[in-house]
Amino acid sequence: MSNLLSLVTFIPLVAAVILALLSRGDSEDSQRNVKYLALAATVFTFVASLMVLFGFDSSNTGFQFVEEHSWLLGMQYKMGVDGISVLFVMLTTFTMPLVIAASWNVSHRLKEYMIAFLVLETLMIGVFCALDLVLFYMFFEAGLIPMFLIIGIWGGKARIYASFKFFLYTFLGSVLMLVAMVAMFADAGTTDMIVLLTHNFGSETLDVFGFQILGGAQTLMWIAFFASFAVKMPMWPVHTWLPDAHVQAPTAGSVVLAAILLKMGGYGFLRFSLPMFPVASDLLAPLVFWLSAIAIVYTSLVALSQQDMKKLIAYSSVAHMGYVTMGIFAANQQGVDGAIFQMISHGFISGALFLCVGVIYDRMHTRDIDAYGGLVNRMPSYALIFLFFTMANVGLPGTSGFVGEFLTLMGIFQVNTWVAMFAASGVILSAAYALWLYRRVVLGDLIKESLKSITDMGRREKMIFAPLVVMTLLLGVYPALVLDIIGPSVAALVETYHSNVAAHSIVSTAASTASY
Amino acid sequence: MIASDFSTVLPEVFLSLYAMLALVVFVYSGKDKHAALSIWLTSGVFLLLAAIIGLSSAPDTTSFNGMFVDDNFARFAKVVILLSAATVLVMGQDYATKHDMLKFEYPLLVALSVVGMMVMVSAGSLLTLYMGLELQSLALYVIAAFRRDSAKSTEAGLKYFVLGALSSGLLLYGASLVYGFAGTVEFAGIMQATQGGDLSMGLLLGLVFVISGMAFKVSAAPFHMWAPDVYEGAPTPVTAFFATAPKMAAMGLFARVVHDAFGGVIGEWQQVVAVLSVVSMFLGAVAAIGQGDIKRLMAYSSIAHMGFALMGLASGTAFGVQAMMVYMAIYVTMNIGMFAFILTMERDGRPVSDIASLHMYSKKEPLKALCVAALMFSMAGVPPFVGFFGKFYVLRAAYEANMAWLAVAGVVASVIGAFYYIRIVYFMYFSEAGEPLDANPVRRLHIILVISAALMIAGTFFSLFGIETLAQIAADSLAN
Repeated sequence: MSNLLSLVTFIPLVAAVILALLSRGDSEDSQRNVKYLALAATVFTFVASLMVLFGFDSSNTGFQFVEEHSWLLGMQYKMGVDGISVLFVMLTTFTMPLVIAASWNVSHRLKEYMIAFLVLETLMIGVFCALDLVLFYMFFEAGLIPMFLIIGIWGGKARIYASFKFFLYTFLGSVLMLVAMVAMFADAGTTDMIVLLTHNFGSETLDVFGFQILGGAQTLMWIAFFASFAVKMPMWPVHTWLPDAHVQAPTAGSVVLAAILLKMGGYGFLRFSLPMFPVASDLLAPLVFWLSAIAIVYTSLVALSQQDMKKLIAYSSVAHMGYVTMGIFAANQQGVDGAIFQMISHGFISGALFLCVGVIYDRMHTRDIDAYGGLVNRMPSYALIFLFFTMANVGLPGTSGFVGEFLTLMGIFQVNTWVAMFAASGVILSAAYALWLYRRVVLGDLIKESLKSITDMGRREKMIFAPLVVMTLLLGVYPALVLDIIGPSVAALVETYHSNVAAHSIVSTAASTASY
Repeated sequence: MIASDFSTVLPEVFLSLYAMLALVVFVYSGKDKHAALSIWLTSGVFLLLAAIIGLSSAPDTTSFNGMFVDDNFARFAKVVILLSAATVLVMGQDYATKHDMLKFEYPLLVALSVVGMMVMVSAGSLLTLYMGLELQSLALYVIAAFRRDSAKSTEAGLKYFVLGALSSGLLLYGASLVYGFAGTVEFAGIMQATQGGDLSMGLLLGLVFVISGMAFKVSAAPFHMWAPDVYEGAPTPVTAFFATAPKMAAMGLFARVVHDAFGGVIGEWQQVVAVLSVVSMFLGAVAAIGQGDIKRLMAYSSIAHMGFALMGLASGTAFGVQAMMVYMAIYVTMNIGMFAFILTMERDGRPVSDIASLHMYSKKEPLKALCVAALMFSMAGVPPFVGFFGKFYVLRAAYEANMAWLAVAGVVASVIGAFYYIRIVYFMYFSEAGEPLDANPVRRLHIILVISAALMIAGTFFSLFGIETLAQIAADSLAN
């Protein structure tokens, strides 16, 4: 199977084309067919991706399942996965069937809805598999289109504002990355990422419009990539599109956004910024640390004051992504391991939390925290599941949330104790907002008249949560499941990174000695 | 000698003879009775010539003592011009029938302006240049005012004429300065006069005037003022024509002059073109935001696109010319599709062009809405659509010519511009429902729209159908 990755990537797209061409009418039967076809396609994609996972040799730190075809402009269609990307592919294929299942009650323009999600899945998998700069950019950027439509067509009241903000904000970030990609192409003469990973981009101090740029071309490219990934991540202070997008998106859209789309930023840092611009990363790491620390503390405080459940969880996502960026740029084994682990685990937890909101939103059509209270009386199983994921979000030991936070904090502690201290306070704040949310929504007496007849979760809903609960627990008690796969690749990444940084400092010391 | 000279201008001669002959024949055979036939016939002649020119493998030659150049660059441009003109003519037929402008002169005027365009891209001297330009422009002035009974159309024609005359004057003034200081009107001679890279004050002034005149023809800011009014006022088929073939011709001419005549002093015109490019990109992006009329919006959109094409030219390299040609080919394809759609926009049998009339268009016409959305994203430069690769080409050209600032400005402008493109998608997909447009039964327009949109996505999978290589050959024969 030399083109397994292409298969995994394009199955959803093929299903989307089939839906577009064959499905007719809005009758109940055809709607059911559409749903089952979409579900089957995503499950099949997941099964195919399992073959990638089982065939993956984690001791090999290079790229595996590589396939290559020539394309235009000297670019290639090149796909492959390594220890860093393979789990993101798995996360995507794992989440999508749940997302489709969670959309079972959608009836407004169902066909287009499923097509949008299937196309989106193809593009998301493509981002994690692409081994060519322009191919990566294509998948990365094209993902904006289905998401724009998902928020715009199936979103809430202020969907127009949110969809435009989402599109333009992320578009602005990524076009700067495009210029940097052009620069990399011109510098290295190729868009092959495997070659670029070993290419040394210039780091001599440059003079741009009278400003001395330490780290030279690397710094400029780093900043351009940072503009894109920081928005995508999102990092404080460019996170403001996320709460809007989350609140307005339909439940399934929020799940995809939180579980997968945000991870593209972190993946980008790991794939581009750290290995390709080591000198600049070293130089600018403190900036990232402090932005992350601010993100963790500030957005946690903001989350405390939210009235809208989705908005609260969105801000909590921003805070949790702060741990990720911090861990990545700590650039040691624990930090990077922890960052990847945190992204995977956040994929399950935040996805589940948005689904939890979706469950009661479907019943009451409001996300206002004040509209709820005492749900435990009528919805015991819901209360249990929501409690579980609230605790996982807080980072309770035994859930996957703990492992990620702990590892990243350990990683950052070795590099910068002050940042670690501030970031650690976020753990307490997250407990504050998450538990308070839980108390206000679930605990207490059921006094609201409108809630008196609310029903507990049905079997379909429980089935959706089951895999997420299993994964969160499993990774919580046995994190080696993930760490064994990513470990060797991360070790190689960290080692190359440090030798590159060291080589540069030797060069610059030599240069400064020579000049005397 | 004479015979070989004439063999290079055969297509132009043939087209002019056709236009004159057809004029006579149609006048004597019942005037507008055969107007539809004249559209199809002219379109067929365009296609035939495109095939002949496209398939010819003649070596690059100059004839008439260097007045006329027949090279790969000219051939590439001519094929694009002829194909787009043929498509646009056919597209407009139903509109013309319905709105009482089905006159046999229309396709013949288009044919004459196409002759002018073909001469423009083949120009080897300032005189040929001016001849081609004026032939093109005069025909365009007339068809802009083709609906004589419509105040808007005549106003558009007059505006275009007055401002066009002004720009021709500028260009002519520049040409005379160049002639005065270089002592020749031939590009090869000017090239020699500027050898060594020093440009006398008079030549520089002449160059700037010539560039201004050409910038007017490509509607690059700050010489763009005519475009929105003319686009809006002219009948839609004419607008579609304005947005495609003449743009390609003017761009070809622009590249021809700066490389063939002033290729030795790239540094002198590079800054001017770069500024034109930046101003056009930003003006096109910002000014279109407030537009409610889709034809005006397309005018600003084309101004922005010309800015991007000029970015390729501003790099001053062969790769830059290649990037520009690829960009123009993509631009023309997108605009043909978009105008095919605009031609179908009718309500109660009357053409409408306000964007708000697209309310929830996707509900009624899912396929067409999808095609328009694809074209919009392609114009915005969002991958995986082909428009993205056009932008990628010109960005690369600019970066490699050490103009990273131009590339950054370009992408920022493209984000601003993305707003109004996705606004159209918004209207079609998730605005409030309003009074719907008529179901337009013209199949031909739908087919053209679908093909154009399909090309935008298929090009990504089929390496842009090899246009890259063709453009490269074309660019090499110009900037060597």
